[in-house]
Order: sequence, then C-alpha cells, then structure tokens
Amino acid sequence: MSENLPFLVIAAPLFGALVASLVGWARPRYCYAIAMVSLAAGLTAAIALLVKVSGTVSGYEYRLGGWPPPIGIQHWVDPLSALILVVITAVAFLAVMSARANLQLELPGKERFVYPLMLLMVTGLSGMTLTGDAFNLYVLLEITSLSSYALVAIGRGRAAASCLNYIIMGTIGASFYLLGVGYLYLKTGSLNMIDLRQIMIAGDMHGSQTVITGFILITVGFWIKMGLYPLHGWLPNAYSFAPHAASNLMAPLMTKVSVYVSLRMMLSVFTPDFLAVHALWAQTALLVATIAIIAGSLIAYSQTDVKKLLCYLVVAEVGYMAGGMWLMNRAGITGTIYHIAADAFMTCCLFLGASGLIASTGSRHIRSFRGATRRMPWTFAAFLVGGLSMIGVPPTCGFFSKWFLIQGAIEGGAWHFVAALIFSSLINALIFFRIIELAYFKDVEHEDDVSHPPQVQRNEAPWGIRIPLFITSVVIVLLGVFSPRVINWIERFVDSVGVT
Amino acid sequence: MNIQYLPVVAVSISLLAVPLIILLNKKPNLREAVSLLAGVVKLGCVIALVPHVLNGEQIEIVLWEFEAGLPIAFRVDGLGLLFAFVAASLWIVTTAYSIGYMRTTKSKNLTRFYSYFAISLAATLGVAFSANLLTLYLFYEALSLATFPLVTHNGDGEARSGGRRYLYFLLTTSIGLVLPAMLYIYGQVGDLNFQPGGVLVDSGMSQTTLLVLLLAFVFGFAKAALMPFHGWLPGAMVAPTPVSALLHAVAVVKVGVFSILRIITGIFGTDFMAQVNWHEIVTWVAAGTVVISSLIALSQDNLKRRLAYSTIGQLAYIILGASLLTDRAVTGSSLHILMHAFGKITLFFCAGAIYVASGKKYISQMVGLGRIMPWTMAAFLIGSMSVIGLPPTGGFVSKWLLLMGALDARMNAVVVVYLVSSLLNAAYFLPIVFRGFYVPGDDPTKPVKMKEAPLWCLIPLWITALISIALFFLSDTAIRLIEVFLGVGV
Repeated sequence: MSENLPFLVIAAPLFGALVASLVGWARPRYCYAIAMVSLAAGLTAAIALLVKVSGTVSGYEYRLGGWPPPIGIQHWVDPLSALILVVITAVAFLAVMSARANLQLELPGKERFVYPLMLLMVTGLSGMTLTGDAFNLYVLLEITSLSSYALVAIGRGRAAASCLNYIIMGTIGASFYLLGVGYLYLKTGSLNMIDLRQIMIAGDMHGSQTVITGFILITVGFWIKMGLYPLHGWLPNAYSFAPHAASNLMAPLMTKVSVYVSLRMMLSVFTPDFLAVHALWAQTALLVATIAIIAGSLIAYSQTDVKKLLCYLVVAEVGYMAGGMWLMNRAGITGTIYHIAADAFMTCCLFLGASGLIASTGSRHIRSFRGATRRMPWTFAAFLVGGLSMIGVPPTCGFFSKWFLIQGAIEGGAWHFVAALIFSSLINALIFFRIIELAYFKDVEHEDDVSHPPQVQRNEAPWGIRIPLFITSVVIVLLGVFSPRVINWIERFVDSVGVT
Repeated sequence: MNIQYLPVVAVSISLLAVPLIILLNKKPNLREAVSLLAGVVKLGCVIALVPHVLNGEQIEIVLWEFEAGLPIAFRVDGLGLLFAFVAASLWIVTTAYSIGYMRTTKSKNLTRFYSYFAISLAATLGVAFSANLLTLYLFYEALSLATFPLVTHNGDGEARSGGRRYLYFLLTTSIGLVLPAMLYIYGQVGDLNFQPGGVLVDSGMSQTTLLVLLLAFVFGFAKAALMPFHGWLPGAMVAPTPVSALLHAVAVVKVGVFSILRIITGIFGTDFMAQVNWHEIVTWVAAGTVVISSLIALSQDNLKRRLAYSTIGQLAYIILGASLLTDRAVTGSSLHILMHAFGKITLFFCAGAIYVASGKKYISQMVGLGRIMPWTMAAFLIGSMSVIGLPPTGGFVSKWLLLMGALDARMNAVVVVYLVSSLLNAAYFLPIVFRGFYVPGDDPTKPVKMKEAPLWCLIPLWITALISIALFFLSDTAIRLIEVFLGVGV
C-alpha cells in the first residue's frame, strides 16, 4: 500500500472528478462533498508520502503500473516533490472548501461543471510535481491548463475575453515547452528526466547548440506559464474575471507549480554545472526578474480593484522566485523553494479574504474595505495575516522567504535583485497599510457623522469562506514558526543536487 | 525560579495581560488595574535582575533556534537592563497618568489603547534584552507596528496622515537599510551576536563597506530620529499625550538610540569603529542634528511640537556621545537614555496636564499659567532643568560625562556643540516657565483662580519630576551597570 502512495495522490482527485461529473448530472449538491472527500484523501496520501521520504535523501522511484522506465512512465518522489505535493493538496483542499459559498452567490447551478474541473486541475498539478518524464509533464501541463481555461470561461462578464487571451498565451507557452522537449529528444533520444540528465552528462552534450536551444525554449515556455513580467499579460484578467471559487484555486497554485517544474528542470535535468557555464543567462534572468518585481509591485499599487491588485502582487511574487532560482547558491535556492510553499498559502489567504470581502459587501473596489475592522473584524484580521506576510513581517512565513532570498542575492552579488526585493516589501507595506487605513479609520469624508456613529452592522464573510480563511492564516504563521524545520528539509534537497 | 527565565517573564507579562485587558472591556477600573499590575511585575523582574548583572553573571536564554548559530535569544547586560528599567518603570507611571488623561478627555476605544500599549512595552523590553541583531530587529519591527494604532488613536484625518508618515519613515528605513546591512554581515561573518569588541574585526571588509554598513545602521534605525530621518517624530505628536510621553519621549525613540548603541558597542566595537575611515561622519551628522533641532524647537509654538524637536536634539546627544567612542562618552550617552527619559516624560506629562485642565496647546496661550497651575508649572521647571542639564537634576550627571568624554576624545568642537545646545535648551524651555509665573495673564484685573489637572495626572508627573531630582544623587547604580557592561571604570 505505502509504495502506491504517489498513485493515490494523483488518483484520488482524478477519481473524484469522474464521480463528481457523473453524480453531478443527477444530484449536483453532492459534488461538493465528493470533491472534499477526494481532496482530503489526496492530502492524507501526500502527508503520508512526506513522512515516508523523511528518512531518505534522494527519494524513491515509483513506476506506474510497474512498467520499467524507457517504456513506462517513471515517477520520482524525493523530499522536494513530497513537500510541494503537500502544499498543493493542502492549498487545493482549503481553496475548494471555500468554493461552495462562493458558487452559491456567484454561479448557482454550475456546481456540476466547476467541481470536476477543479479536481482535474489538482490532478494535473499533482502529476506535474511527481512525474519523471518530460513528455508526460507536457500532458499533465495541458490537463491542468485546459481545466483552468474552462474554469475561467465559466465566469461572467469579461471572463470569456480574458479566457481567450489566456488560452492563446497558455498554448504558446506549452508549445515552447514541447518544442524544447523535442529538441532534447532529438539529441538524446530519451524523454525520461533522469535518463536525459545522464545521457547529457555522459555524452558531454552541455555545449551542444541543440541542448542549449531546448533549454532556452523550455525556460521561456515556463516563463509564460508562470506569468513572469513582461509575459504576464494573460494573468491579471484571467484570475480576476474567473469565478472566485476558481481563482482561489488557480492563483495560489498554477504559477507556483510552474516555478517548481522550471526549477526541477534546471536542477535535476540540466544540472547546476550546465547553468554555471552560461553566466549570461543568470544575469538576464535576474534582470528580467528584477523588472518583474518592480513592475508588478508598482502596477499593483495603482489598482483599485481588489482582485486585480492581488493578481499584480502575484506577478511581483513570481519575479521573486524566477529570480531566486537563478541565484544558484544555497540560500537563494532554499529561499525560492520555501517561497513556493509560503507564497502558495499567502496568495490563497489573500484571495480567500478578497472573495469573503466581495461576498459580504458585493463590491470589489478597494473602498469596500472601509470600516472592515468593525463590520467584519475576523475576516479582515485573517486577510491581514496574508498581507503582513506579503510585507514580510515576522513571524509570518513571508519574512523567512525574504530573509533567504535577500541573503542569497547578497551572496551572489545581485544587488539590483536585493533592491527589487526590498522595494517590493515596501510597496506591499504601502498597499496593505492603505487597506488597513481604510478598514480602521472613520470615514473622513463624512466626518460630521462621527458624533453619532450609526449602529455598525456585523457583516462577516460566510462561514464557508471564513473557515478555510482562518485555517490558511494559521498555517501562514505556523509555517513561519516552524520555518527552521522546513528550511532544514529543503536544504537537504538543495545539498543533494549539488548547489553550494 | 531559575534566574534566566526572568527576562522572558519581564517581556511576556504585558503580552499575557492583553487577553485580560480585552476581557475586562466593560470594567474600566479592573482593566487599568491589570495594566498597572503587569507593570509592577515587569518592573519587579527587571529590578530582581540588577544584583545578578552587577555581579557579572551571564543571564542568557535561547527562545527559538532560527538557523544554526542564529537563535532568537535574550541576554541581559548592564546597558539592556538600564534601558529595561527606564521603560518598565515609566510604563507604570504612564498607565496611572493615562487613567487621568484619557478619562478626562473622554477618549474612546480605551481597551484597544491599553492593549497596544502593553504589546508595545513587550516589544520594547524585547529590544532591551536582545542577544543578537536579528532578535533586536524583530522586536524593533514589532514595536513599529504595535505603536501604529496608538499614534493614530484619535482616528481623524490628522491622525491618519501622522500615522502614515510614522509608518512610512520607520518601515522604509528599517527594511530598506537595516535588513540588507544585517543580512550582508550575516553572509560575510556568520555571526550577529552582540559582543564586546564587535563581530566585524576579522571580517576583512573594506573600509568603504564598513562605512556604508555603519551609515545604513545609524540612519536605518530611524526611531533615533537622526536628521534627515526625523520627520516622523513631530508628525507622531498627534497621538494622545500619554502615547507621546511614553513612546515618543521614551520607548520608541530610545529603542532607536539603544539600537545604535548596540551596533556601535556590540557589532562594530568601539575600538574597531575608531579605525574605520570617515566614521566621524556620524559625529558630525549628530552634532548638526543637535544644533538644528534646537533652533527649530525655538520657533515652535505648539508645546508638544517643541518638545518633539527637543527630543530629536537630545537623541542626537546620545548618538553624538556614542560616536566619540571614548569610555566616558559612551557611559554618558548610555546614562543619558535614563536621565533624559525621566526629564522629558515629566515635560510631556505637564503638556498633557495643561491641555486637560485648560485646553491650551500653544505656548503663546500659556502666559500667566503658573498662577493657575502652579504645581504643574513647577514640575515643568524641574523637567526643563533636567533636560538642560542643571544640577540638582539627573540630566547634569549625564551631560557632565558627555562633556568629559568629548574632552577625552579631544573634540573641542563637540564640547562647544554641547554647550551651545544647552544654552538653546534653556532658551526654549525657561521662558515658558518665566512667562507662566511672572507675566500676568490676559486680564490682570481678574482674580486668579487655581485650576489644576486631575490628581491622576498631577501625581504621576510629580513622581517623575522627583525621580529626576533623585537620580542626581542616585546615579551610582546606573553608572555601575554601564561600567559592568563596558568592562571599564570611569
């Protein structure tokens, strides 16, 4: 049983998706329960997997159906993928938990479409984390993407147009990746990741133009998929016009998993040695990341739509990780991986909070935060935990990822990246304290009313949103408090792939 | 109880009081009693530590291991204990004063007020007992955030803009300057513990790097309000007076100078810093701040703003003394944290008492006030004397040591700065007292009726005034604490 855990992680949501879509025809209201049960099963399996690999350094191999690698698809579970898997399944569990309350308000009657799509997306994301096969990765990437296109398209208003943009950009990104894998296959004749790595080292192919082209195509493909500025154009509209239930799931996970897979390619397939030869790439990537962080933060600051604002924060955070992974030193990579986990929960918390705010006020303008400390103290406090983590206030996890990223950037001499990280912390502080001000102060424009404050109506977000929101905010703090253990875990992986 | 838990108790007791304060929302008397009680326990812990530190005992406790060799840890030494004593004792007095002030001015949201006050004090003591730079940084940031709701307590437009400025100044500088500097040192040296002689001696850093680091710290700890990063302090005076008194004359600003003292003594080390080229920049910036802020103070009509600029000047005194790097100067500047705290808080209390009793905020309105509020104005005189540095008040002792230190360092220009600034201090404080007592009020024909502030205001301000005098006679223990810390005899 325990060696089949990787299969369980993927199969649970897949099976759930099938059941939910079938049951959904007759009894749509059971979809929620089915989704929650299958995600809980996936989460349990992922945690069991994490416990299982805790003793090993390099992890272990899992052959789907027992087929040996060149023919069958190999899955690889090591401390890193197990950790990311837990993050994915946990965030998915929390995000989907909020879906019912959101869907009731937003898209009543569409449950039977939304839940199976969300489960399929989680299947794809978990599969991408586990797979050891470059082509299989493409397939799973497409499963994930197609289900997310559908989730965006199901929304109202401008969702359809945003979705078209998303499909075009997403397909271009995926094609870049596929093309890159094609180049590698041309040269090595293999699609298995470990095989690829060994063939390239054994055949001394790191200088080959084909391999280099393949690498660049793959990297750019993921840049599009993760929404790295200036290739981010699809992201803000897609995530802000998608139904809240869907964007709560997509925003925290899609970009993060792309970052993870990109990092996995760099470290486990192409090896740090290969990257070290081409110093110019690191410089370019860091420069792009720096620009991404600064641009993302500034655009976020100028937004008045809460969800747009959060989307641009995601763009900035992607810059953190896209730059961090190119620092190629211990602290930088550790920080990047930690930030994948931290940012998934932070983004989840903020999106949940925003959807709670929108659910109770009906408006997505930033002004709807006005008086939130009195109207919805608990919802707002939990939202704020995510905000403080974005700023990097200890003991939230955001502080520790910044700590390692900045440390890595200083070590690597990437001063512009240091400056960008600090700049973005400050802009985040401006953004969230502007929100705090709105939430906390009396209405200055109507100061005459202050002497007779109207009876404040409690108007918290629905419980269906509040519970996952609370859990997420607690996780953010716990992830910070237990960061030494998480960091230790990550460092073990980083050391094993030979990053110094 | 094991002695090493005392600092933890001292820090956390006020945090533990917060839930109680919130629970007692509807019972104001009990709620304030909880604050007072927590203050007494806090002070008790601090005082209980004094004999141990004087014996040279090492009191150290690791709270949480963040990374190998980089824990969140407390270590109690003379300097930290001195500062902790100042903060803890004045919290009690300020709580008593707040009862009088906040109730008389009919302020709202008092539960929130006392809760954040308690959190701020926990953060302040955390800074005082920090064993390394990371711990200090974390508590420093916690203090910035915990004091924001206090600064903006009134909740009107003015409070909003003051609070905004407050936070922007403090966060920009600490995240923008201190954090990278700290990370750079950690990356290069791998050690952030405060230790005599500093951690940078064998780092092999270039002179330019060292100077950049030094300036990043000196300006980055903007709570010290060194020019040009002083703008938040006058803005933060929109806070209710007890907040201005404790936080912006004592806790917050002193955390700033305390942090800089820690950097100079514990990270650079005084001997090593003397070898850094151009380290005198700090001296000149501080000296410039002393003179300029005193001149600005002269021109302020709002009493609290005048006090704010006076605070900026006095804080710069402390940095100026520390930057001279001689034993006596460093002792003097450490001692000035204590002396100035009691003097300045008396002045703030008086300003608040005047506002409560008469509604007057501007100095030009205070002519003849000495006859109406003789007790308050007399205390104001004592506080002024301590800030100016006249005997028999505590301010004299620290200023004397600072002057001696400047002579030791052969910095005659600094001696002149100290003297000129003392004159300026006298020039902006004494006329208030003089015109209060000797110039008749608006209408000399009207019989003058005494109208003092409530006793809850008056008693605390007299306590601090009397302590200011007592410190002149009792400065030995404080000096001994600093000597133990520096390992010297003055």
